Amino acid sequence: LSPRSHASMEQCSAIANAMVASAFFATAAALAPEPRIKHFQIYHWDPDTTGDKPRICGPIVLDALINIKNEMDPTLTFRHSCICGTCAMNINGGNTLASLNKLDINTSKPIKSYPLPHMYVKDLVPAMNNFYAQYKSIEPFLNKRDESQEGKEQYHQTVEEYIFCACCSTSCPSYWWNGDQYLGPAVLMQAYCWLIESRDEFTEDRPSKDPFSLPLLPGGSEVLEYIEKVSNTMWQQTE
Amino acid sequence: MAALSTASRVLAKKVLSAKALPAVSQSSRKLHFSVYGKNNSKVSDGISTQYPVVDHEFDAVVVGAGGAGLRAAFGLSEAGFNTACVTKLFPTRSHTVAAQGGINAALGNMEGDDWRWHFYDTVKGSDWLGDQDAIHYMTEQAPHAVVELENFGMPFSRTEDGKIYQRAFGGQSLKFGKGGQAHRCCCVADRTGHSLLHTLYGRSLRYDTSYFVEYFALDLLMEDGECKGVIALCMEDGSIHRFRSKNTVIATGGYGRTYFSCTSAHTSTGDGNAMVTRAGLPCQDLEFVQFHPTGIYGAGCLITEGCRGEGGILINSEGERFMERYAPNAKDLASRDVVSRSITIEIREGRGCGPEKDHAYLQLHHLPPQQLATRLPGISETAMIFAGVDVTKEPIPVLPTVHYNMGGIPTNYRGQVITHTPEEGDKVVPGLFACGEAACASVHGANRLGANSLLDLVVFGRACAHTIADICTPGEKLSPLKTNAGEESVANLDKLRFADGNMRTSEIRVNMQKTMQNHAAVFRTGKVLKEGCDKMDAVYQTLDDIKTFDRGIVWNTDLVETLELQNLMLNAVQTINSAEQRQESRGAHSREDFKDRMDELDYAKPLAGQVRKPFEEHWRKHTLSTVDPKTGKVTLKYRPVIDNSLDAEDCAAIPPAIRSY
Repeated sequence: LSPRSHASMEQCSAIANAMVASAFFATAAALAPEPRIKHFQIYHWDPDTTGDKPRICGPIVLDALINIKNEMDPTLTFRHSCICGTCAMNINGGNTLASLNKLDINTSKPIKSYPLPHMYVKDLVPAMNNFYAQYKSIEPFLNKRDESQEGKEQYHQTVEEYIFCACCSTSCPSYWWNGDQYLGPAVLMQAYCWLIESRDEFTEDRPSKDPFSLPLLPGGSEVLEYIEKVSNTMWQQTE
Repeated sequence: MAALSTASRVLAKKVLSAKALPAVSQSSRKLHFSVYGKNNSKVSDGISTQYPVVDHEFDAVVVGAGGAGLRAAFGLSEAGFNTACVTKLFPTRSHTVAAQGGINAALGNMEGDDWRWHFYDTVKGSDWLGDQDAIHYMTEQAPHAVVELENFGMPFSRTEDGKIYQRAFGGQSLKFGKGGQAHRCCCVADRTGHSLLHTLYGRSLRYDTSYFVEYFALDLLMEDGECKGVIALCMEDGSIHRFRSKNTVIATGGYGRTYFSCTSAHTSTGDGNAMVTRAGLPCQDLEFVQFHPTGIYGAGCLITEGCRGEGGILINSEGERFMERYAPNAKDLASRDVVSRSITIEIREGRGCGPEKDHAYLQLHHLPPQQLATRLPGISETAMIFAGVDVTKEPIPVLPTVHYNMGGIPTNYRGQVITHTPEEGDKVVPGLFACGEAACASVHGANRLGANSLLDLVVFGRACAHTIADICTPGEKLSPLKTNAGEESVANLDKLRFADGNMRTSEIRVNMQKTMQNHAAVFRTGKVLKEGCDKMDAVYQTLDDIKTFDRGIVWNTDLVETLELQNLMLNAVQTINSAEQRQESRGAHSREDFKDRMDELDYAKPLAGQVRKPFEEHWRKHTLSTVDPKTGKVTLKYRPVIDNSLDAEDCAAIPPAIRSY
């Protein structure tokens, strides 16, 4: 590990101090011969510090990251776009979206920002390929016999704001250790939604219908049932 | 700082020396999960030994995976074409996901409706700059497109009797404007774009399209005026890829990020427009930038027009519903450019809200809370997060914010990219197509109606797939390509990667954004625009003095943001120069020194006895702009508007008239 300190400390006293060591590649496509671990800590700064350069910074963590990238360390790497779920990362120990996480203005506490656990590529960017492949495997599309008419049925029973952020799956220790076999909570929830979709006309053919086809939690087949129950309960409460 | 650069040089060296090996081989690709694998790829060093290139061959390549890109890509796969979809973002991260309001279609679920009325509304909304053949195509296809989406699984909101719920939206009327407000915007609460994109993504997984996710398209591969593919940078490992194909579809979205305050994603950087510009082809109507009336004051986040569709009203500091004065019939649901201008005038005349009197209020608390919760849940949350406002009690502070680009890559109604000369008229560029916000068909003309964009995406995404299926067959042999095709793009990449000037990317970007915001906003004047053109030119020149910091090649977002900045600049110079030249007010382009529309005839007066103005003396024409990337100099030409529909008997064209709401 070879940490490098940010030299802009002189310019802005308590301002963000990015400690960058190196990157760890989860995928073997990387040609770097040795694995390198990345840490990233942001210290929040005090806008009232005299002599400090004026900063335009909004109220959320993502604004801070963008500010740091623009003005202090352009090599800082993270995904961000719009309200899409791509900026998921671990902030102060919890997986969340940087664009929705309000900056804690208590300047005595640092904000620790890490990539989603067990999915590193570089800096705060996680490798999502496995996660997407698992989603594809549950066939997340509607199958109808006749696609020519406007449907007459109630809208489908699902979490409508699903955003592929992977925060839940990457909080799950079983997913960390068995991510290649266990689908994880996010994908299982989607599988469930497609199973109960009232407009789907080929439910029997769905891969998730066969309880032995879905890689469930090793040693715990009650997980799917439990997730179903949770979803059901939540749904009933919103009715 | 010294420690920093030493460390970074050491790191860069490590990465570079490892990169002396060929970037990609089939075997190393298999070691990690790669759903978006690379088939038939070969490594060549035809370009440069430092950047080994992987070559791919496909029947069709789509650049961009938003609403339009996905629809085109799986439409092509469905038709049997071996298709690649190259995208710098994972599909569900595309900006389509942020669209809120809905998708217009004359289904007639709320009251009797006719797509010809929708056609009329769109032509009028475009201020007669839209091409009526493309508008005919889009509005006639609309009901079919919505039913198709519903069958893909899109969970539209429903009425009591189970039909798709359609809400009122800006500029939509019945009986050619004489029958009152139409309700033809089909929606999924206020998350229609999110729902549409996720539905399309799910559906796309049924087909065998090859997705190349987080590949940044650098340039088109053009030879003899024909497009033979695209060259792209793989962000994950820094390898260069050439996608050779007989058909390239550009669906890269808009370029809101040229402005300081916009509702657009950070990634809306006009990459497709810039690629076309660098290929020497023109872009069309870039001066027409839509300012959405209701972006949250300060944050710039979008508050959908659907709020006003559900009954929300705009008020000034005196509590007055001021839209009644500016648009007596449509009021708050007038066309967006009209509403944006009205808000700006109210603020300018001293009736703005807040301590600085610099914004307006959007009031929703007079609506039943149940309706807000069912139909507008998303914006209720957005207003709370970004403005700290509880919409059931307080109004939301709003301001017109850059939202959409009506202009883009000129195409015909079939999605084929065109160029134009006065002698030969419109000519198709072989092998190149465009759809979505990146294209300019032109269905939106000088101003886009709300809920017509999501429609534009799916209709023209599908149209591109259909046109390609009509003129090509799967498996056709590709024409040869020079071994060093794309060399310039890689040279540019290398230059930026090691750039060591004095100004960082973010600095130049903010200079550009502030110039555009101050000089090409809702109301424009000749003097201010001219100043803006000169300032933009100066900012453009500073690109030569740029400094980047990340010397690596893996996930180098410093480099990618710099490439995006190059693209933004090309869009910005064309936008401001086109605006400066256009001496009239039409749609979203409002000149205080030229307040009227300048058509070939004066439509405010009786037409009998009037003499038609020659093409050079009026402004009812499309702007075609090109740029010399080395100098930033913009050249402008003009192209006539298409005034006939696809079938005069089925749908009569609408002659120009005075536009009022």
